[in-house]
Amino acid sequence: MERLTDEKEKGVWRSLDWWTILIYVALLAFGWISICGASYDFDQEGDIFSFEARSGMQIIWIATSFGLGFVLLLLSDRIYETFAYFIYAFLLLLLFVTPFLAPDIKGSHSWIKVGPFSFQSAEFAKCATALALAKFMSSYGYNISRWKDFLVTLALILVPVVLIILQRETGSALVYLAFFLVLYREGMPGSVLFAGVSAVAYFVVGVRFEHTMMGYVPTSVGEFLVLAMVILFTVGMVRVYCGRSLVARNILVYGGGLVLLVLGFSWWVIPFNVKWVMLAVCIGMVVYLCYMALRERILHYFYIALFAVGSIGFFYSADYVLNHVLEEHQRVRINVLLGLEDDPAGAGYNVNQAKIAIGSGGLRGKGFLNGTQTKLKYVPEQDTDFIFCTVGEEEGFWGAAGVLLLFLMLVLRLIHLAERQPYAFGRIYGYGVMSVFLFHVFINVGMVLGLTPVIGIPLPFFSYGGSSLWGFTILLFVFLRIDAGRNLTRRNS
Amino acid sequence: MAGKYDLEKRKYVIGGVAVVIVLIYIVRLFALQIMSDDYKKNADSNALLKRVQYPSRGVITDRHGHLLVYNQPSYDIMVVMSEQEGVDTLDLCESLGITKEYYVKRMAEIKDRRHNPGYSRYTQQLFMSQLSSEEFCVFQEKLFRFHGFYVQRRSIRQYQSPHAALLLGDIGEVSPADVEEDDYYQNGDFIGKQGVERAYEKQLRGEKGTQILLRDARGRIKGRYRDGKLDTRPVPGKNLTLGLDRDLQALGERLMEGKLGSIVAIEPATGEILCMVSAPTYDPRIMVGRQRGKNHLKMTRDPMKPLLNRAIMGQFPPGSTFKTTQALTFLQEGIITPETAFPCHHGFIYRGLKVGCHGHASPAKLVPAIGTSCNAYFCWGLYYMFSNRKKYKDVQEAMTRWKDYMVSMGFGYRLGIDIPGEKRGLIPNAQFYDKAYRGSWNGLTVISISIGQGEVNATPLQIANLGATIANRGYFITPHVVKQIQGETLDTLYTRRRYTMVERRHYETVVEGMRRAVLSGTCRKANLPGIEVCGKTGTAQNRGHDHSVFMGFAPMNDPKIAIAVYVENGGWGADYGVPLGALMMEQYLNGKLSPESEEKAEMYQKRHIDYGTADR
Repeated sequence: MERLTDEKEKGVWRSLDWWTILIYVALLAFGWISICGASYDFDQEGDIFSFEARSGMQIIWIATSFGLGFVLLLLSDRIYETFAYFIYAFLLLLLFVTPFLAPDIKGSHSWIKVGPFSFQSAEFAKCATALALAKFMSSYGYNISRWKDFLVTLALILVPVVLIILQRETGSALVYLAFFLVLYREGMPGSVLFAGVSAVAYFVVGVRFEHTMMGYVPTSVGEFLVLAMVILFTVGMVRVYCGRSLVARNILVYGGGLVLLVLGFSWWVIPFNVKWVMLAVCIGMVVYLCYMALRERILHYFYIALFAVGSIGFFYSADYVLNHVLEEHQRVRINVLLGLEDDPAGAGYNVNQAKIAIGSGGLRGKGFLNGTQTKLKYVPEQDTDFIFCTVGEEEGFWGAAGVLLLFLMLVLRLIHLAERQPYAFGRIYGYGVMSVFLFHVFINVGMVLGLTPVIGIPLPFFSYGGSSLWGFTILLFVFLRIDAGRNLTRRNS
Repeated sequence: MAGKYDLEKRKYVIGGVAVVIVLIYIVRLFALQIMSDDYKKNADSNALLKRVQYPSRGVITDRHGHLLVYNQPSYDIMVVMSEQEGVDTLDLCESLGITKEYYVKRMAEIKDRRHNPGYSRYTQQLFMSQLSSEEFCVFQEKLFRFHGFYVQRRSIRQYQSPHAALLLGDIGEVSPADVEEDDYYQNGDFIGKQGVERAYEKQLRGEKGTQILLRDARGRIKGRYRDGKLDTRPVPGKNLTLGLDRDLQALGERLMEGKLGSIVAIEPATGEILCMVSAPTYDPRIMVGRQRGKNHLKMTRDPMKPLLNRAIMGQFPPGSTFKTTQALTFLQEGIITPETAFPCHHGFIYRGLKVGCHGHASPAKLVPAIGTSCNAYFCWGLYYMFSNRKKYKDVQEAMTRWKDYMVSMGFGYRLGIDIPGEKRGLIPNAQFYDKAYRGSWNGLTVISISIGQGEVNATPLQIANLGATIANRGYFITPHVVKQIQGETLDTLYTRRRYTMVERRHYETVVEGMRRAVLSGTCRKANLPGIEVCGKTGTAQNRGHDHSVFMGFAPMNDPKIAIAVYVENGGWGADYGVPLGALMMEQYLNGKLSPESEEKAEMYQKRHIDYGTADR
């Protein structure tokens, strides 16, 4: 037994994926440089290594993260699978009590204070959720297409989401959407992802053009486009899934033709709201599809009809949520992102300043500690959520593109590692880790570049703060430990 | 459901999504950082505060080195709103000599972003500008009690004497048009508005320096950009020396008190303006500081137009002083010789046309004709010139020839003096009369131009320049105010001789005639003891009372000064023009006035002309 453990420990270092470690260390180094740039004050001839400064503090977090990673690698890879539910339950409890313990920081109750330190429980819950998902989905007889299994999977993801939303940390909660990529890999139908993408498309187009009218026709361009998309998507799906081009052509020619005819009538003859006709066309289309489902006994028609109904229902309910449920600041953020409100001094200030900071970097950047926008506090939260501005400003295009490519390498490497796992548990957890990183980079960098909504989530290994760095380190090193044991586990078991 | 193998293929989809996201972001980065320059400019205007370091403006001295214009410190009161609290506003208003209402209004104006776009609670905002040292003293004692109030030193222009206001000009805040025209200026900068200050703005202003400072998002200064490596030091403006004689100018303004008109004196050898009086004038010191706007408005509304520089902007008939130009033209064209005599029986009477003249011996040759200012002589001359069909094929050709002579003597076009606003006067040409008389005109129709009446108009500067040309016997140097620019050479325009179309020998004849006028003719009052003065009177008819004109130079054989005096509605040339011209020449040539002349000067200073209050 002792001999085995010995061999195992040696094996960990041999089979550890050093490529990932290398990328991890490179990202941390780059991140530390950026923190120095972002927190450096022109006023004080401050020492960047001083623990008074954030750059100095970050050194402590980085050092402790290395320690943490080292300890995680020494632990047995079995404990994660064994204790996955336990860890998950513990973190749910922690998430649940957090709002009661946490003081109010800018309206959010997510930081638990322990002595001089405070930490964000949500950062650690990601790892726990990924473990629990991996354990549940790798359990014997699990089938994602079975409703019961799928619902439990959804619950595993959504319970922490709800708890985090209760802490008023909507941004951190949205990160859990990333796990749908895992579900996709594990066999969730692609149409669900397609539905998700079309939902985003409906929402963006619908809201963006909600108040634009179509010339003489008193119809909102947003509504028109969304309903047109519903019809076109339906036609496309009928073609792809049912292989009946005649049905698709019928819908396109009669439905689309009618809409165009009515549109022309409204434009030239008597103006009226075309959307009623379009809704009528949609209903007709749904009825026609249901009829086809019954006649041909092909269930796909029915599903497609369901998609059309769901699309319309989603669009109108999203509209309702935006205008009646969301809070004012959230609505403003969405509107600014969609270009509906242009207010460089107000809600759009952050993104505008972020773009200025990045844009001013040019090809080569202004050089280490030479950025002016980030240091002079034009960019808000310049060392946390908007840290990528510092990279763009001081390191220029080469630096910023380099960082993005490093992240891409990390993500692709993680996919590679996940795919080589002998067991589903390791693979699913690996995909979970990868999805979290991808989502963080996607949203964080996207918001700084003005492409995604301003959602306050950190850029892994870059944003200042112990909680997020530790959280990401644990997430990554647990997977590295599992990966390192991929060959040995079999031998020992 | 899809098989296990199919599911593994999904890694490509997921990896593809990651690759596409990163690619989109890199393209976006490329667009932001490399395709567009706007962000860089935006960033600079964000974070870099260019604090202007004002250079001192060049000072202006007269030809003898007497200081005319210099700089004086003034004080701007600045306020930082975020620090301004617990201030006893009543005390503050009292110390600044303002009312509580003004204080409240001013504060509201500062905070109004529409009028004050650069407003920030954390930076200094201008509260009151241009306090004098005296006003500032009162305030300074209590400054420590007014939290958030600061003082910024600036310099304003000050004038040594109350003279030559229009010539020197003044400075004022730049207009939006100035800013648009020249990048050098920013709102709130000063720029020369008139006279020398405007014409030599580029030399006087120097070069502003800049200090580049780093400014944070709240507008607070956080240090120097790159340790001041890119800062530039201000370069002081260049000093100017004018051709002006301070005492001569002062005397001229004294003599013109209560009159409208102008005195211009030129040094013939150099073309330097020795004095340029325009009456009425004003004390340049009232155009400095906070009262400038008020006073400026008052003067624009004054019917006597004190802001009009009559010396270069007033266009008057030159009257008989113009006869000298006619004599020169006729001599050069061979219409007359010095021996030619024309009859004069109280005027030029021909074919029912009569141009009156006063009584003098007849017939007269050229020299006595100039001396007595015989109208008939020059009318005959013009008549013979314009009807000479051997020399000119028609009257138009003769007219064109005549006009060319006048233009060569500096009439009809701007002379090109170095201060703005000069007018060109009027010398009619053939086309002018063709249009006016529909082609049917001859020498008789336009006869009055030969005696400086009718359509002919000239500025006092042009008349003085005529004096200088005759003094120089045939050339002039473009009149100019500035004699010397520190560290620069004068434009060749102001050093080059401009010859007229008339030979030197003909000038000698005219000089003789002008000397005769002083000795025994119309200018006897200009006969100064010990100085050979040459002169020519003018009595320019106009709708009201005649204008009194004098043009002359002295000494005859080594001319030091040429002068034109133009007193509107002053009557005969001998009434004002001659005596004032004589006093001016005496002052300049002797450096002072004799006691008798001083008495005379006082008399003329007190003799005012009643112009009524009608709009002029």
